[in-house]
Amino acid sequence: MRRGLSSQRLIAVFMTSAMLFNYPIISLFDGSEPVFGMPPIFLYLFAIWAVLIGLVALIVERTPK
Amino acid sequence: MIPAWLVVAVSFAYLLVLFAVAHYADRQADRGRSVISNPWTYTLSMAVYCTAWTYFGSVGRAASGGLWFLPIYLGPTLAMMLAWMVTLKMIRIAKTYRITTIADFIASRYGKSHLLGGLVTVIVVVGIIPYIALQLKAISIGFAVLTRTSAEHFEPVQMGSWLQDSTLYVALALALFTVLFGARHLDASERHEGMVAAIAFESVVKLLAFLAVGAFVTYGIYDGFGDIFSRAYANPELRNLLSFETVSSSGYGGWFALILLAMLSVIFLPRQFQVTVVENVNEQHLKRAIWLFPAYLLLINIFVLPIALGGLLHFGRGGVDPDTFVLSLPLSHGQEALALLVFVGGLSAATGMVIVETIAVSTMICNDLVMPVVLRSKRFSGELRPDLTGLLLAIRRGAILIVVLLGYLYFRLAGEAYALVSIGLISFAAVAQFAPVMLGGMYWRGGTRPGALAGLMAGFVVWAYTLMLPSFAKSGWLDPGFLEQGAFGIAFLKPEQLFGLVGLDNISHALFWSLTANVAFYVGISLMRVPTGQEASQATLFVDVFKRDKGAAATLWRGRAHVDDLMQLVSRFLGNARARQLFGRYARERGVGTIGEMPGDAGLVQFVETQLAGAIGSASARVMVASVVQEEPLGLDEVMNILDEASQVRAYSRELEEKSRALETATSELREANEQLKELDRLKDDIMSSVTHELRTPLTSIRALSEMMFDDPEISIDDRQRFLGIIVSETNRLTRLVNQVLDLAKIEAGHAEWHNTDIDMSELVQHAIDATVQLFRDRQATVELFLPDEAPHLLADRDRLHQVLLNLLSNAAKFVPKEGGAVTVTLRNEGDEIRVDVKDNGPGIAAEFMPYVFEKFRQGGDQKDRPQGTGLGLPISRQIVEHFGGRMWVESTPGQGAQFSFALPANVGT
Repeated sequence: MRRGLSSQRLIAVFMTSAMLFNYPIISLFDGSEPVFGMPPIFLYLFAIWAVLIGLVALIVERTPK
Repeated sequence: MIPAWLVVAVSFAYLLVLFAVAHYADRQADRGRSVISNPWTYTLSMAVYCTAWTYFGSVGRAASGGLWFLPIYLGPTLAMMLAWMVTLKMIRIAKTYRITTIADFIASRYGKSHLLGGLVTVIVVVGIIPYIALQLKAISIGFAVLTRTSAEHFEPVQMGSWLQDSTLYVALALALFTVLFGARHLDASERHEGMVAAIAFESVVKLLAFLAVGAFVTYGIYDGFGDIFSRAYANPELRNLLSFETVSSSGYGGWFALILLAMLSVIFLPRQFQVTVVENVNEQHLKRAIWLFPAYLLLINIFVLPIALGGLLHFGRGGVDPDTFVLSLPLSHGQEALALLVFVGGLSAATGMVIVETIAVSTMICNDLVMPVVLRSKRFSGELRPDLTGLLLAIRRGAILIVVLLGYLYFRLAGEAYALVSIGLISFAAVAQFAPVMLGGMYWRGGTRPGALAGLMAGFVVWAYTLMLPSFAKSGWLDPGFLEQGAFGIAFLKPEQLFGLVGLDNISHALFWSLTANVAFYVGISLMRVPTGQEASQATLFVDVFKRDKGAAATLWRGRAHVDDLMQLVSRFLGNARARQLFGRYARERGVGTIGEMPGDAGLVQFVETQLAGAIGSASARVMVASVVQEEPLGLDEVMNILDEASQVRAYSRELEEKSRALETATSELREANEQLKELDRLKDDIMSSVTHELRTPLTSIRALSEMMFDDPEISIDDRQRFLGIIVSETNRLTRLVNQVLDLAKIEAGHAEWHNTDIDMSELVQHAIDATVQLFRDRQATVELFLPDEAPHLLADRDRLHQVLLNLLSNAAKFVPKEGGAVTVTLRNEGDEIRVDVKDNGPGIAAEFMPYVFEKFRQGGDQKDRPQGTGLGLPISRQIVEHFGGRMWVESTPGQGAQFSFALPANVGT
């Protein structure tokens, strides 16, 4: 899998994550009003985090040895 | 309040459990049943990343900075996404060359340099020992919080007498644990099953404890996340914590810097290197850890903000140190058992870090600081001390004890000082200095030893100047004026605004300048000269670790050695028994009967050096091996030649392989073609003999009859007439045969002429039946015709199709029984196909004859009642049908007749 499709997918997810976790994207969610009773940035960061972990799990667990 | 004796008893009971877990895992490993050889344990051992600084400190950070504790965990999540590229390479390199520490990794890459290994070790000691102190301090604070009378009043830690300080005993217990499970015996692989099992166990404990207190605060004290957040929103002071920009002056740049810092730390922290790279059992385990480790981090962080807000809502700001919220919140609600559990969780976070970090740092101190000195001194290097295993173990154990005690000492001396409290990120920034030389070393061949030295040195100096010294100044150990006015009163050199750079927080500022200086010097100095032979060979071994096999290193050594000398050398460091075992195994691998018969060649020398590198570090191993063998140092050109040669040889062998594979394919193709040719030749012979046979029969009768008439003029006119009739019919048959052979040859060769016209199939079938009606009448057979309502038309050669139909009909006529023969002809329009069936009620075709029906000169029936025919009708018919894109086949049940069918595509010829 080293040079295979999974590696490229992981790199793509890495780049996406690096963007999603940084300025300017996170500034979009930095509101002062609650969403569903919670701070929007808190919701955003944890939700995106969980989704990305799921995505990575999908990529590596589906690759045969 | 919980009685002090109970806290102490629980703490030491927990440590005993740790010993038991480690002991059990070691026992199982000795029996060959590893408990750590699975991705789950591997991932849990990686969670040693979460120290007491996470456990207590995250809540503290969240209480002052809202979500600003999070980059420390987002960074590792990002880094793990690249682990399958970066970390896997580190694991492969470390395993191939028996590298056991970061210092050894760097020293080995840049030409096995003692100096470089020493420098890395110094950076680690300076950056990490305070971090160990911070863990001990966390235990001490936890102890104080649990045992003091009132949770409402924050009191600084009471420093009692050293001997009464339970933290000292915890530290000593940890040193004992580390000695027992980290340095019990010498092993070239330096893997510690028991220790890893204990660390994984600790990771479970701290996660469960933290989730327990999180759930208690969120759902026990308050009414879930929504409740806590809505209360925080109602509080004007806490409201600020919930948005991003309002709480920190660092801005988004600072956020990015923290993520980057954490990314580098999770790869280059000595303890992470230890559990991720050195203790890795199977590379495949890394695959699951890529997502499982981030998932662990997510879980342990989900309650951090709620706990911080809950604590602030409950205690107010300034009352209780937010770092202790996880303990003081349960305590103030009377949940003493929970508080004790949380303390055990904190204890596990702290002890896990101390144990792994101590093993890593003490190995570095032993291999990269002490051993070089020891091996240089005459007392140890000569024959006076043949066995150094005891000394080596003593150094290891001494280093462990010293590291732990230094940590404890720093904690006692620094106490509440800023330098200790803020060490978490400062120490991260110190190990980030390894990133350029490590990553550069794995992916760039050009890095040299002076470059690596200069880069590390520059990064370290800038780090010390911009982070460590300011933290000393803030602790009151240095003149604070240094911070305000800069060194020597030069404003330009203000350590936190170096060269006038303002607008960054101190961590981002230090990270920027130190990494800039580091990379600049590393690359700049490296580019000043070409690498030496030694550097170039190591560079190739590291950069191309996936491309070259294990033997690659051996090709880069030239010289002579004696097996006995090498054996003696290994015995000195690993013990006699172990050395025998290693050499024996190596001899078996090489297919040599006894150790003495082994040649003292490059492969053996490489093997010995690798084994020694595991025990004493690669630089020392190099020096020791060099002392017992005669070797020729290789220059850069020679190394390059060898590598070129090796790659040329590889390229040649690949080419050869490809060629032989191509040859094999060609051979089998040729064989197939040959078979086909032989078959065709056989067929040709068959046809020749069939044709001659078919020709001879009529010729014989023509000749016989003609001779009879020639010889005997007396023959009656009637006989003569009859004979001539036979001769005419036989001649016709001959003509037909010759025509058909020619016809078939033409069709097969593609020279036949086709005259396509629009054909009404109904009319054609009718016409064919009319033409053969006499045949059927002779055989007294009936012909039934079924035509579709609408006459199908197609574009084809009318005469050829007529020929096909005549063939089938005459065939049917031949085979119908003498009495009651019935032939059915059906024309069907099947949409895209026009199909004709000719069915008779003859004897049918035997199953074994079915495959040959359409072959030339194969005629149905036995020789005796073989009907008249050339044996070419069906093959020709089939050729014609196939020419128009159709197909012809036969179905038959023996005894019930046969049905010949052909189908033509309706749009044929258009």
